[in-house]
Amino acid sequence: MLWQLLCHWAVFIMLLKELSSLASPLSEPQVDKLKQLTSELNTVQLAWVSGYLAASANATVTPSVTEPGTEQTITILYGSQTGNGRGIAESFAEKAQAQGYATNLVSMSDYKARQLKQETIAIFVVSTHGEGEAPDDAMELHQFLASKRAPKLDSLQYSVLALGDSSYEFFCQTGKDFEERLSALGAQPLHELVECDVDYEASAEQWQQDVLQAVEPLIKASNATVVPISSASATNAQAFSKQKPLHAELLVSQKITGRDSDRDVRHVEIDLGESGLTYQAGDALGVWFENSAALVAEVIEKLGLSSSENVTVAKESYELAQALIEKKELTQIYPGLVEAWAELSENDVLRSLVADKEQTRQFVLENQLADLIEQYPPAKSITAQSLVDLLRPITPRLYSIASSQDEVDTEVHLTVALVEDTEKPTHRFGGASHYLANAEEGQAVKVYVEPNKHFRLPENPDTPVIMIGPGTGVAPFRAFLQQRAADGAAGKNWLFFGNPHFEQDFLYQTELQQFLKSGELTRLDVAFSRDQAEKVYVQHKLKQQGQAVWQWLESGAHLYVCGDAQRMAKDVHQALIEVIEEFGGLEHEQAVAYLESLRSSQRYQKDVY
Amino acid sequence: MSDQKLAVNEYLKTDSDYLRGTINEGLQTEVTGAFSEGDQQLIKFHGFYQQDDRDLRNERKAQKLEPLYSFMLRARVPGGVCTPEQWLGVDKIASELTSSNSIRLTTRQTFQYHGIPKRNLKTIIQGLDRQALDSIAACGDVNRNVMCNPNPVESKLHQQAYEWAKKLSDHLLPHTQAYAEIWLDKEKLVSTADEQPLEPVYGKTYLPRKFKMAVAVPPDNDVDVYTNDLGFVAVADGDELVGFNLTAGGGMGSTHGETDTFPRLADDFGFIRAEDTLKFAEAVMTVQRDWGNRVNRKRARLKYTIVDHGYDAFKAEVEKRVGKAFEAKREVIIGDRGDRYGWVKGIDNQWHLTLYIESGRVKDQPGKMLQTGLREIAKVHKGDFRMTSNQNMIVASVAEQDKAEIEGLARQHGLLGEVISQTRGHSIACVALPTCSLAMAEAERYFPDFISKVEALQDKHGFAEQAIVVRITGCPNGCARPFAAEIGLVGKAPGRYNLYLGASYEGTRLNKMYRENVQEAEILEVLDTLFAQYATERQKGETFGNFTVRTGVVGAVLDAAKDFHG
Repeated sequence: MLWQLLCHWAVFIMLLKELSSLASPLSEPQVDKLKQLTSELNTVQLAWVSGYLAASANATVTPSVTEPGTEQTITILYGSQTGNGRGIAESFAEKAQAQGYATNLVSMSDYKARQLKQETIAIFVVSTHGEGEAPDDAMELHQFLASKRAPKLDSLQYSVLALGDSSYEFFCQTGKDFEERLSALGAQPLHELVECDVDYEASAEQWQQDVLQAVEPLIKASNATVVPISSASATNAQAFSKQKPLHAELLVSQKITGRDSDRDVRHVEIDLGESGLTYQAGDALGVWFENSAALVAEVIEKLGLSSSENVTVAKESYELAQALIEKKELTQIYPGLVEAWAELSENDVLRSLVADKEQTRQFVLENQLADLIEQYPPAKSITAQSLVDLLRPITPRLYSIASSQDEVDTEVHLTVALVEDTEKPTHRFGGASHYLANAEEGQAVKVYVEPNKHFRLPENPDTPVIMIGPGTGVAPFRAFLQQRAADGAAGKNWLFFGNPHFEQDFLYQTELQQFLKSGELTRLDVAFSRDQAEKVYVQHKLKQQGQAVWQWLESGAHLYVCGDAQRMAKDVHQALIEVIEEFGGLEHEQAVAYLESLRSSQRYQKDVY
Repeated sequence: MSDQKLAVNEYLKTDSDYLRGTINEGLQTEVTGAFSEGDQQLIKFHGFYQQDDRDLRNERKAQKLEPLYSFMLRARVPGGVCTPEQWLGVDKIASELTSSNSIRLTTRQTFQYHGIPKRNLKTIIQGLDRQALDSIAACGDVNRNVMCNPNPVESKLHQQAYEWAKKLSDHLLPHTQAYAEIWLDKEKLVSTADEQPLEPVYGKTYLPRKFKMAVAVPPDNDVDVYTNDLGFVAVADGDELVGFNLTAGGGMGSTHGETDTFPRLADDFGFIRAEDTLKFAEAVMTVQRDWGNRVNRKRARLKYTIVDHGYDAFKAEVEKRVGKAFEAKREVIIGDRGDRYGWVKGIDNQWHLTLYIESGRVKDQPGKMLQTGLREIAKVHKGDFRMTSNQNMIVASVAEQDKAEIEGLARQHGLLGEVISQTRGHSIACVALPTCSLAMAEAERYFPDFISKVEALQDKHGFAEQAIVVRITGCPNGCARPFAAEIGLVGKAPGRYNLYLGASYEGTRLNKMYRENVQEAEILEVLDTLFAQYATERQKGETFGNFTVRTGVVGAVLDAAKDFHG
């Protein structure tokens, strides 16, 4: 018996060496503790421990079998604009399931808010966008919690992970709101609120571990039934993900603004080849990019560093140039970096700037690392490693997909505006857009599909749709039109498009003319803001056509808005309210409610950035 | 005729409701910068053409953008006379509402704008209207801008000739209100089409083809009177204009490779008294209206009507309609087609300054601020401006005491001061690439360089001072009247031209093709050889065109229908 037990242990120890949290029901810290403990024990001690553990396991398992109904499910709710929040929620669900816990992973928009009072453990992952606003899919739950209808949540234990961008004034505001409301409604925190900045990976990972530990005593593990993971992650089991992108081939990067345009917008075609990677009209494509070699050379030279110097990034060693090209964010900076740079440069202007949050926020929007170096050269030398440590890891950019797979088969098309700053002493570019604009035919591009199920064509092909997509906001509507044409959908399609100049900036003009000619596009209203003395934007066109817009809405049309979130989407929203007021004969509040009801019934969807 | 299928444009005109078509709807459509195909024909009657930048066609196709459409709008300015106030208005419009930001003086004494986006058309036409200018019938199958010699020396005679040019232009304007309704937002009049004819002269289908008129004041033939469908050569008794020698049946347009199309100079029909001018003009036009070829647009000009029906039959029909016969042609001397550059004093003691404007391009360029210069002159000038048929500008009627100021402004802006060779001063080119949709080769852009090479050859052979009329066009439609040039280049393909020789210096005889589809090197080689011969063998006072005919380099074209291709 003892011998058997020893043999058993030998195998166990061997396995333990390779043990990781992913391969066992244990968390990483637990595995580490176990490894540490077992390394100190001799064989006899180990045998004893083994027996002890087996017995105690039996002891905990048994009662739960006899008490069905006490089973606890962890409800994991996410509200996410870019997919980061959903990614964390999915990861948490996997870890919890690996522990044998029952989980219910669900988007906040698909969750019935009133069910909250039945929950005992709920985890919230929610991002903040724009000026402290909730993402679209979290909006309803967010409002519900703040409303008088919100129930007492005495039996709920929860934790909130807030995602945000500290360059914005209302950093993680939505997460803070959730925390505040849940607590006010009587729910008990499992773990304090964690606020994550753009480089969220490490702190999100830590929070997951901490929450799982906090949950552990609450759940009778044996009781847990493993539920299949949600369909969202199932489709992503497409084998490609943000972490494991597809190396696809770039086919075309064609400028589609005229030679006299102030902007450089590219039509990019990428071949997904035999990968089997699929997407739907409305989805986004994540694109990993490399920083331009010229930019990296400039940074290295201005800081007096050597490009071949070795640095460590996430425990891997790279030459400095390679680390800056592939691993680090150079074109988007964050307030923390500016603060650090204020000290590094010992520059009083920068020091007083970082004292003002609003100014810092504006500064990071308008400047890159190279601008910092150019304007505020360091007073003391900085080492390659400390430079790398200061910078955030490079993150892929999301682009609304501009094609339908029913039309383009294994291709995926994007509409990419080259981000440029020509005012700076040195011409600056956006990282990913510059990369795509300069990509050569046949070049490999690392991509993954980021589904956006909150930006979908109506299921009923007869339903009319109104699409409002100025600028590169037209991208998903090109996909929609291709999709509706491929489906032979009978529903009417109306597109509002706008840009500065008719001759130079009419994106996909000839294609849209063709859609009009074939009848697949029923109406096309365009606003070219700078072709006449007074500026005309899509919202003006919407109001001009208010009567018809109202009629379309009354006949069940779905509304879609894509493009700039800061101004356009708000102006369009306001214009819609005014149209509803004027042509629907409604009071302001009623009009607001009308639009809100469209939103909650998924008839008013936005893809704004 | 009735069961023959007419040219497409005939049906368009018939169905257009007196030139309205769907132009209004086309203006509302913001999705394209173009008009529908049918409307593209009708807008010509309103004074403008649709064009696109041909240099950018392929590039824009790849950019998923439609061709860069724009419009060329030509004003109606009889005799090319306008006031300084009008010029300032014209200049302002160019700067604010066209992408070319410039004005082009045409070979028919008017100005045109290039690069007008569709959305600005209405604003431009309304702006012209405020300056008492319009573009009615500046293009289309109607009587186009009436030319008139702007001779500033014999000012009294010029004044009378000019009055006739204006009367002819106004009298033969289309009566349709389409222009006023579409562009000037005038109320549509209740249709009375059934009771009284809306277009008493033109009728519902207007003319079979364009119709060009000119008034010449001998000895000047700057208006190239014989190249016009209908010409009026002024006959004076002292200072008094008593009547005209009427010429009819001229026209340049032809099609490469189609020998039943050809350029032609007008026939002389005899003298008419001044008071009968409008009657004769109307009669010639209505005979053309009724007899002209409406089946084949390439054979629809008056010149073919006269050739096909015969000179005598045509003359008899005109006389019948007027109720009066032509008198015997009066003797006049037809002389030079060039302009008199620099200052000339008129008999009324006023001064006139003719400025050379290369290819009529009134545009600012470093060192040559022509547009600004003319604007500054217009601000102080008390007389008027006269656009010439050689695309130049005359600052007319300057008092002695204002001369210095005007000259100073002209010199300051590069409008004066450059020495222009005789040949350059007598030569012209059409617009061609990149804007004109008909062009097969460069013309205006190639012109300065080609002329320099001709000048060099003249210099080499020692007759630099001799004027040779050189004209280049991008196609055989002949906007710059190339078939009446001593050296004519007519585009065939990029860099390739047909070379024509043998026209008379005065514009009284056509030229003839000497080399087909040749490139610059061969053209210059040919000219080098001929110039060498001309330098040694020419007779006293013999022009280059006459020399090439006398020595048999090319045969004389006396009857275009037989000789031009023969």
